[in-house]
Amino acid sequence: MKRFVGFVRKEFYHIFRDKRSLFILFGMPIAQILLFGFAITNEINNVNIAILDQANDVTSKEIINKIASSKHFSIVDVIQQESSIESIFKKGKVKAVVQFENNFGNNLIKKKQANVQVLTDATDPNMASTISNYISSILKKYQQELNKNSTIDYQIIPQSRMVYNAELKSVYMFVPGVMTVILMLVSAMMTSISITREKEQGTMEILLVSPLKPFQVIIGKVFPYIFLSVINAIVIVLLSIFVFNVPVNGSLFLLGVESVLFIITSLALGILISTISATQQTAMMISLMGLMLPTILLSGFIFPISSMPLPLQVISNIIPAKWFIIIVKGIMLKGIGIGYIFKETAILVLMTLLFIGISVKKYKIRLE
Amino acid sequence: MKNKNVIEVENLSKLFGDFAAVNNISFQVKAGEIFGFLGANGAGKTTAMKMLIGISSPTSGKATVAGFDVYKEAESIKKNIGYMSQKFALYDDLTVKENITFFGGIYGLSKKQIDQKRCELVEELGLKEVTNSLVASLPLGWKQKLAFSVSLLHEPKIVFLDEPTGGVDPITRRQFWEMIYKAAHNGTTIFVTTHYMDEAEYCDRVSIMVNGKIEALDTPKKLKEHYKTDTMNDVFLKLARG
Repeated sequence: MKRFVGFVRKEFYHIFRDKRSLFILFGMPIAQILLFGFAITNEINNVNIAILDQANDVTSKEIINKIASSKHFSIVDVIQQESSIESIFKKGKVKAVVQFENNFGNNLIKKKQANVQVLTDATDPNMASTISNYISSILKKYQQELNKNSTIDYQIIPQSRMVYNAELKSVYMFVPGVMTVILMLVSAMMTSISITREKEQGTMEILLVSPLKPFQVIIGKVFPYIFLSVINAIVIVLLSIFVFNVPVNGSLFLLGVESVLFIITSLALGILISTISATQQTAMMISLMGLMLPTILLSGFIFPISSMPLPLQVISNIIPAKWFIIIVKGIMLKGIGIGYIFKETAILVLMTLLFIGISVKKYKIRLE
Repeated sequence: MKNKNVIEVENLSKLFGDFAAVNNISFQVKAGEIFGFLGANGAGKTTAMKMLIGISSPTSGKATVAGFDVYKEAESIKKNIGYMSQKFALYDDLTVKENITFFGGIYGLSKKQIDQKRCELVEELGLKEVTNSLVASLPLGWKQKLAFSVSLLHEPKIVFLDEPTGGVDPITRRQFWEMIYKAAHNGTTIFVTTHYMDEAEYCDRVSIMVNGKIEALDTPKKLKEHYKTDTMNDVFLKLARG
């Protein structure tokens, strides 16, 4: 036990004296969560638009007021002719132009049909489709209000409600993802680098010649990272609760236990990587290319798995991060208990055992 | 105590596939002896040494180190030996003091023992002013002397040195050998591999490995007589060229 404490103390010296690893350990989580939370967002707020109102009647005025009062849009320009549309887009001043046809109000009452054209700048396709959705929904709402007063037609009014994330905040989606990526990065990459560093320096040999057993060496090396990763997980959860108001609807304790499980999965992967790479560079490349990219791209963090081609969907099953993201989303947003995420938890446990098993085997071969 | 064998090797071999890295070697090392283990690069020195220090298991043959069997009692061997490799073997980002504490600790020395050893060692090597400096800031020669002293911290019966003086200036090498003599005088057996043939002259006995086999084993004096040369360098060249 005393040997173990001495070993762990040495490991902390390594970590705290290496500015680079310190930065990766503590700078990255905070920077990433803030970046994803603030900068990368699917919502639109205060988008500049222009109005071309050829009708200029009561109805069009009412609709324009509704658009202007929405927090999503701000009307920065009112143009008079159709020919100005092109130039206003080219200047890049606005992202959309809403155009009302001549006699808009009259047509609506007499012909029961009137046209509004929404032109969007589709150089940013996501933004464009979001804008046109938002404006259509404002128009629909107005239409419903009109119909309430008259006695026409049967109509079906779809009422959709977004559950678990009613305001469709993208930060809700990013927090579990960022947490997963950070824990994976810190645990797997940092441990594989720190173990291969000992190999490169020749100190691993010294440790193996000492009375320490190989598994003691490995546990001594990964222990500090369990501790630091738990701190990271806590920092991320606190940031998301207090800075981004992401709720934790489920049990914090369960979230903690699942996080520790995922940390151990990642550490096991890190150990596995260190057994197959001889240098720190190799370990870093394998961690980045082999772990980071699939974790970001195939885990459902950013791109939904259900819309991937079938082969990628199949591959996504072997990415530990996929299962952890499901668990974190479930606990934080849906507030579900262990009963609902039992399968995911079991998969992570199995993966961890598998990684440890392979590492032990590889390690023995190396010692032969 | 003298004349007792602390290393006994009999027909020891290590195969990698069909390739015999170590081919049927036999020798004994006596307690307190400085045993030079020579050979060109790739002759099998390091492989042979790894089997003796318990981090590689032999394919066939018998070997005991400090009275323990290399197959069954590797753990006991590890407690009784010290090791210093050709790659410099301390942590650069730890201070002199922290390195001594760490290595003393993994060999199970008590805090009191470590403190006492450290004072002696720092005094002896003249490192008092730099006890709290990072090892990275020391000159290579100092580092190597420190690494050697650290490998002796737990007072091992045998210390294995794998090309300990690589890349060091002649003066430091000389000082290093004085430390080796001192350790041997105190009863520690020294098993040393080297490339420098002048260093071979300092050994009590040397063995020369060629292509996995021990081609010669005797005192430097007798080897020179036998091969009718003036220096160990010429002995080595004669053997290595076949």
